[in-house]
Amino acid sequence: MDKLVAQYSRAPHQNEFYSEQEQHDLTESLPPISLKFNLPPVDNSRSWLRAMTDDHSNPSCPIKLAHGTTTLAFRFQGGIIVATDSRATAGNWIASQTVKKVIPVSRLSRGEDKENNAPVPGLLGTMAGGAADCQYWLRYLSQQCTLHEIRHKRRITVAAASKILANLTYAYKGYGLSMGTMLAGMTPQEGPALYYIDSDGTRLPGNLFCVGSGQTFAYGVLDANYRYDLTEEEALELGRRSILAAMHRDAYSGGYINLYHVKEEGWVHHGFNDMNPLFWKTKLEKGEFSNVTSEL
Amino acid sequence: MSLMGQQPHSEAIGYSFPQSTNAPIKEHSFYPYTDNGGSTLGITGADFAILAGDTRSVAGYNINSRYAPKVFKIGGDDETGDGAHIILSVVGFAADGQALKERLDAVVKMYKYQHGKPMSVRACAQRLSTILYQKRFFPYYVHAILAGLDEEGKGALYSYDPVGSYEREQCRAAGSAASLIMPFLDNQVNFKNQYIPGSGEGHALESKKPEPLPRETVEQIVRDAFTSAVERHIEVGDGLQLMVITEKGIEEIYTPLKKD
Repeated sequence: MDKLVAQYSRAPHQNEFYSEQEQHDLTESLPPISLKFNLPPVDNSRSWLRAMTDDHSNPSCPIKLAHGTTTLAFRFQGGIIVATDSRATAGNWIASQTVKKVIPVSRLSRGEDKENNAPVPGLLGTMAGGAADCQYWLRYLSQQCTLHEIRHKRRITVAAASKILANLTYAYKGYGLSMGTMLAGMTPQEGPALYYIDSDGTRLPGNLFCVGSGQTFAYGVLDANYRYDLTEEEALELGRRSILAAMHRDAYSGGYINLYHVKEEGWVHHGFNDMNPLFWKTKLEKGEFSNVTSEL
Repeated sequence: MSLMGQQPHSEAIGYSFPQSTNAPIKEHSFYPYTDNGGSTLGITGADFAILAGDTRSVAGYNINSRYAPKVFKIGGDDETGDGAHIILSVVGFAADGQALKERLDAVVKMYKYQHGKPMSVRACAQRLSTILYQKRFFPYYVHAILAGLDEEGKGALYSYDPVGSYEREQCRAAGSAASLIMPFLDNQVNFKNQYIPGSGEGHALESKKPEPLPRETVEQIVRDAFTSAVERHIEVGDGLQLMVITEKGIEEIYTPLKKD
């Protein structure tokens, strides 16, 4: 009887609209960087998502996501150099040539590029793989890092920050996230620290990493010329030259060279420069890239 | 036994039933999207931003509507759109676009009620990114472009991929004719591959630096982009909906395009 009453005492279409909680979520104006995600109403949501968005296994997939590409970071005597290209591709289409693939993490104000060249304290993250995945999860990480800063009255270590991210990607393993990211930073506890984290859940500390489809080309130049006792000028030039090599040989890399230097006081931005004039300068003035003709 | 003693190739043109009777049973998969075609485009200037879209709606080769707007005012009155200070364009699957627009509109209004001030374009841009990412595993099939004026009164334009990666840009074309329009915009707005005549010989030739364009020029570029896209893309046509946002408010202009 109770069951019968319960069945008919409800409005007939009550469950067809959004629930109270859903309505609240819909109108909540604070950005809910959260772990609540919509899932498609199918049994195997992972393979469904792959069929819709993975243009590698299914070139005619309807939703083409923007992908990032060559990034590198290395430790040297003067800190850490972080360098990236700026191309985003969706299939064969170049979706953008001006992507910022170095993302500042861990600041109350996220250290948008300032006019003066004063170092900005905090970590740097790089972006390879799915652009949205990297942007979203590095933002989530900066939220966690900021909370850490408030709770403990000191900045988070790179080791701890990288572990937050690695635990996260491991928890979402198999869901189709795609990211290969490096975290670089300097803290009083650990000095210059560099970690590689990817969407499989890998987390590796190291001195030198290249990530993305152009990684092999960048490694070729970087490994050949890398020394720990590089001067700051030499290190910046090596980072720039390695990215240039990758842009030249990898079709999925190109655009602008984005260069950062992480020092004890914080990170410094060393420009977002078009690769084309730099390529011709490297060729004509240094005699490199002699496989390319300069005849007009 | 078929002609020439060969098995007919399955993709060869046949005059009989397209599928042989022993073809594998077709698996009906969950496909919740339709591509409604069309194209959108946004350009910013020093003190304004323009978002435009054609008004055709297609499904396959069928034209289902000649006036289905793709550009919306966000955070204004429901009927008239008065009081809005942000505009959004969505192209791809119209139903997802509509749902996204309504969700963002609700968020922008709630922000105003809760904080007593309008949401900045920068905040709205970040919020739209998280809204898109909430459906990372069941994406909105849309390419969104958001426009408004930033804190300094300059035109601001943000473009998005379907799962929320975003970037502030000077100009962006999205939708089915993006590959036709975007190269034109690179050349005419960002002056890509344009050089200053007589500035040097060969590799020393200096490239032309981009600068904010006046509104009349931008409007003409938008019109030219669309009339050209209409000529070469079947999913673009019927009408051009233009929204211009300045400090005075949002101006909406409709002009017809070819209807074939």
